Amino acid sequence: MTQHPPAIEVDQLSFQYGERHALRGVSFSAEQGCMFGVVGPNGSGKSTLLRILATLLRPSSGTARVFSIDAQSSPRAVRKTMGVVFQGTSLDDKLTVRENMQFRGKLYGMRRSKLASKIKVSLESGGLMERADDRVETLSGGMRRRVELAAALLHEPPLLLLDEPTTGLDPSARHAFWEETARQKKERELTVILTTHLMDEAERCGSLALFHLGELIALESPDEMKRKMGCDVVSMRAADASALAEELSARFGMRCFCSGNEARFNAPDGREWVGKLLEMFGERIDSVAVSKPSIEDVFLARTDYAAPPEDAD
Amino acid sequence: MGVWPIWRRDFTRFYRQPNRVGGALGAPLLLWLFIGSGFGDAFSPPAEVEMGYLEYFFPGFIALVVLFTSIFSAMSIIEDRREGFLQSVLAAPVSRASIVTGKALSAASQALAQSLIALIPAFFFLDDFSAAKAGFILAALAALSFGLSAFGLAMAWRMDSTQAYHSVMNLILMPMWLLSGAMFPLTTAPGWMSWLMRFNPLFYAVAALRSSFYGATEAEALTGVPTAWAAGAAVAFGLVGFGAAVWAAQRPEA
Repeated sequence: MTQHPPAIEVDQLSFQYGERHALRGVSFSAEQGCMFGVVGPNGSGKSTLLRILATLLRPSSGTARVFSIDAQSSPRAVRKTMGVVFQGTSLDDKLTVRENMQFRGKLYGMRRSKLASKIKVSLESGGLMERADDRVETLSGGMRRRVELAAALLHEPPLLLLDEPTTGLDPSARHAFWEETARQKKERELTVILTTHLMDEAERCGSLALFHLGELIALESPDEMKRKMGCDVVSMRAADASALAEELSARFGMRCFCSGNEARFNAPDGREWVGKLLEMFGERIDSVAVSKPSIEDVFLARTDYAAPPEDAD
Repeated sequence: MGVWPIWRRDFTRFYRQPNRVGGALGAPLLLWLFIGSGFGDAFSPPAEVEMGYLEYFFPGFIALVVLFTSIFSAMSIIEDRREGFLQSVLAAPVSRASIVTGKALSAASQALAQSLIALIPAFFFLDDFSAAKAGFILAALAALSFGLSAFGLAMAWRMDSTQAYHSVMNLILMPMWLLSGAMFPLTTAPGWMSWLMRFNPLFYAVAALRSSFYGATEAEALTGVPTAWAAGAAVAFGLVGFGAAVWAAQRPEA
């Protein structure tokens, strides 16, 4: 469809922390202009992957190429092509918003004359002009994230890496962050690589790479992933949901997950279960529902999402 | 590229937190006043040197101010790492060597600025003050500041806790300072101690500082080391410290 080289090409990529394999021979590519989601439980290797793409870690073996540039042999050329928004803050609290932006721009080699006007434009378009000369420590969490985004895009990179960018934000701040990201993506045909735990963020992606224990176990669009499940999700609300889940698992050999007062399982013929469940448990169940699988259901089914390994990254 | 913005950012942080200035200045000042006044009578310099203990101790006090500030400023790399600030710098297209250079220069500038404030009492007992003398004092302080800052950075780069850094630095730097000739001259120290002092890079830096204050003759009588050697060793200490910091920063992250 396109003659452009892929934005990201990863081939047989492995990374080891001492004895622990964070990535095991991962290969995939991501098209230019796409929104590419990397998902998986804690410790699945997604943060390691992002750190290798950002050239902060060197792979133990295999290669990672960004716009056909090898990340290991030309890290500085690769860094110029991308802006990164990290999980935690990367701004200096004691500096003002504008000073942080100036600092970042200079690190990327932007000239003073161009930098001042570029900062002005990006603060204005990000709705940050009013706070430009306030210290970052006085900003709300949502504001800080928007400054991070503006700073990451200051040098106009074609690629944006986001590592769980909305962790700890309230829903409206999350919404604002994504509106801004979507606007920027459209305006400059950005390629966005995103790691996330949040299902609505995963749903926004054109492609989703599902990682589990350092391996890439699926790479599809969210819709494909859901369709491939080929089954229904039966969920029920009950006061003793965990006991119910155990009983069902024991009697029918299915994997029944429990969270709070909800128990759920996958079944090819979901509708038939409604009657059965009511018959078996009657009063113990407050409500039963059958639905098509969500992205969350796909994850639960394909990884041990409910019980992440101890050594999380 | 990258050196100047990093220097500027660190220095901005420094003057926006004025309580740091007081801390690194106050403790050495009290030490100088109390120990300097209390030990005054016990001090017996070589016959050809005529000075009181407060005056003798003064370069040692200045060195301690530089030491505290450099080490404290170099520690900012640990905070930068913990707070996440460093990752955005490491992800930018600047070399590790530029990051270390910017950091070392900025920590050294902070130490230098701090020591200039600490120099104020010198006007009361330094006679024959000249531009050349001021230049020599500044040069000696700059070498000492840069060496200690770079050395602190080399130690701090791999550490993830400021407590660990503090205890390691106390373990290494306090003995180094005690054996630097700051409190007593090499020429009156017992033999085994004078040998330890001769292997101490800080001894040469303080010796150079001493020469800059009192002139070569008096200083050489106290330290037993020619001024040119002391100055050379102080500069070498700075270069070695800088090399160690660049090396520490180049190693791949675990």
